[in-house]
Amino acid sequence: MGFAVYVAQDSGALSLGAEQVARALGRRIDKRNGSPRIVRTGSRGLYWLEPIVEVDTPRGRVAYGPVTPGDVESLFEAGFLDGKEHRLRLGFAQEIPYLKNQDRLTFARVGIVDPASLDDYLAHGGYRGLSRALEMTGKQIVDEVSISGLRGRGGAAFPAGTKWKTALEAAADQKYVVCNADEGDSGTFADRMLMEGDPFVVLEGMTIAAVCVGATQGYVYVRSEYPHAHRALDRAIKAAYERGYLGEKVMGSAKTFHLEVRVGAGSYICGEETAMLESLEGKRGMVRYRPPVPAVEGLFGKPTVVNNLVTFASVPIILEKGGEFYNEYGTGRSRGTLPVQLAGNVKRPGLIEKAFGVTLRQLVYDYGGGTASGRAVRAVQVGGPLGAYLPESELDTPVDYEALAARGGLLGHGGVVVFDDTVDMAEMARYAMEFCALESCGKCTPCRIGAVRGAEVIERIIRNVDRKTNVALLKELCETMKFGSLCALGGLTPLPVMSALKHFPGDFGLAPEEIEAAHEHQELTGRAPSG
Amino acid sequence: MKERGNKEVFRSVASSLKDKPGALLPVLHKIQERFGYIPDDAIPVIAEVLNLSRAEVYGVVSFYHDFRSEPPGKHIIRVCRAESCQAMGATMLASHIKRSLGLDFGQTRSDRLFTLEPVYCLGNCACSPAITIDQDLYGRVTPQRFDELLMQFQERG
Repeated sequence: MGFAVYVAQDSGALSLGAEQVARALGRRIDKRNGSPRIVRTGSRGLYWLEPIVEVDTPRGRVAYGPVTPGDVESLFEAGFLDGKEHRLRLGFAQEIPYLKNQDRLTFARVGIVDPASLDDYLAHGGYRGLSRALEMTGKQIVDEVSISGLRGRGGAAFPAGTKWKTALEAAADQKYVVCNADEGDSGTFADRMLMEGDPFVVLEGMTIAAVCVGATQGYVYVRSEYPHAHRALDRAIKAAYERGYLGEKVMGSAKTFHLEVRVGAGSYICGEETAMLESLEGKRGMVRYRPPVPAVEGLFGKPTVVNNLVTFASVPIILEKGGEFYNEYGTGRSRGTLPVQLAGNVKRPGLIEKAFGVTLRQLVYDYGGGTASGRAVRAVQVGGPLGAYLPESELDTPVDYEALAARGGLLGHGGVVVFDDTVDMAEMARYAMEFCALESCGKCTPCRIGAVRGAEVIERIIRNVDRKTNVALLKELCETMKFGSLCALGGLTPLPVMSALKHFPGDFGLAPEEIEAAHEHQELTGRAPSG
Repeated sequence: MKERGNKEVFRSVASSLKDKPGALLPVLHKIQERFGYIPDDAIPVIAEVLNLSRAEVYGVVSFYHDFRSEPPGKHIIRVCRAESCQAMGATMLASHIKRSLGLDFGQTRSDRLFTLEPVYCLGNCACSPAITIDQDLYGRVTPQRFDELLMQFQERG
């Protein structure tokens, strides 16, 4: 086998030229009789350093970055194949502080293994969780997941064990497992990184869920914006079928589990679990009334476990090492780790998997290094387009479902988007309404009409047309959307809007006391998004 | 003649996938992959093969942002407008791109070389602002970088 040179094939790295770097390396390596080999991995999530080139050395992988094709010649001349000094040398990859100070459980293999290789997955602990699950009863698997404290990572934070228990206890001739990989929240890319960097962990997590509840068919619903992730999953599924990890007699057991990827079509609302089920059935992505919950009556009317991709990807390690092991991480009722996605105007954006409890300030400054522009941090939006805007003064808030909710926000899928002091928060509020109008499925009036009217009202506030009356109207409209909408899209769009108004009244042309009344409207936690 | 040929293609695509549960989206994706959009005359054929009403098929085509009812230009440029990219200057970048192409979102240039579309998050938020040109994703795009890319595509045709 010999040693290897590693270059990410992750879309983020590719968007910065990783392919050209890999080709330049390939041309140079060919001249040396094809050694070492080039392995295309996922990204470790240190995006400000991508494209990163890593090389095996006796003491571990040494990283260089960010590398351009023009740097390749000088890397060879400097002796990078022996891990020698070069101006781009970052040291041992695992020792880079950003990475070293993380708790990588779900992302343990991402950036390290070859995502196309089932053998590599097995060599790094893959399928140990499923192997253990196959010796357990459904009830025992539910218990293990419940003990771990794992909650839905899509945003709703519903206990995974409870959901699985419901599906397990539902009697039906057919059950399904559906993975929500319709990662539409701006500022989030954890699902994408997992699919591209460690697709087998998704397959294993879903198979464990299937074995647990007695489902024989599964679907991964991937958004169409992720073509690389789609290909990586398809390739992994094919390999898993060939080697008996999918299909009939899973790992030689009596269990059957078939899995297929379905591609979305550019609709944000299809990340809402019931809209996703409609879409999988070949229909418009219209939100369903609940109850019944999908675990009782889901895809094609059958009991269906719908979880976010990160949730499924967190299950194999829970089954392998036990629920107690996972539960030791975290704080309060938020157990385990969360892959935080740090994005926007930040110097060191990337993936930070950390036990719950890390503060936003630590993320933005210690990991992120402050803004990319070098200006002051003005606001962060936590939890995607339906999450609240928090001012700099609230950055000591810990990453914890309950702590965020207490500040009128939500954690969502774990995206943190940083804005510097050039941001116009009234524009961001208007954008939130416009986005809701654009993506509303149209089923309920508060969302369908409210979002359109909301954007108009904010426009009038910005233009100083009857400002005070329109602010009162906006607050009332937000109340209607919050309480009257069928799902989280209409129900939570008021969150970014009202938090922007509360914390940044000046951007709306108001003095703080003029929106005093708005403060009473801050309990805008509403119903959490699903998926 | 060509029209009849297309109908055969619609039928064969729909027939090849009709036994999949919830086959409509996979069928539409396949047709758009082939034609670049969903031609109007594909709708009755798909409806017949999948045993749906035309209204149901049309309703799905019109619901999803991805499905186009008009043929796009040779190259499709999509610019992310979501929050993370906005925090890194996407609004300014979008104005620059519109000016460079002489297009607003949703329009196709008269030489049919470029179509400009908005997109709401490409999952490349750690490398904002992001755009795609056809299948390729680009991160940390500046106006200058866009102009260089545009030049390459214009020369290539």
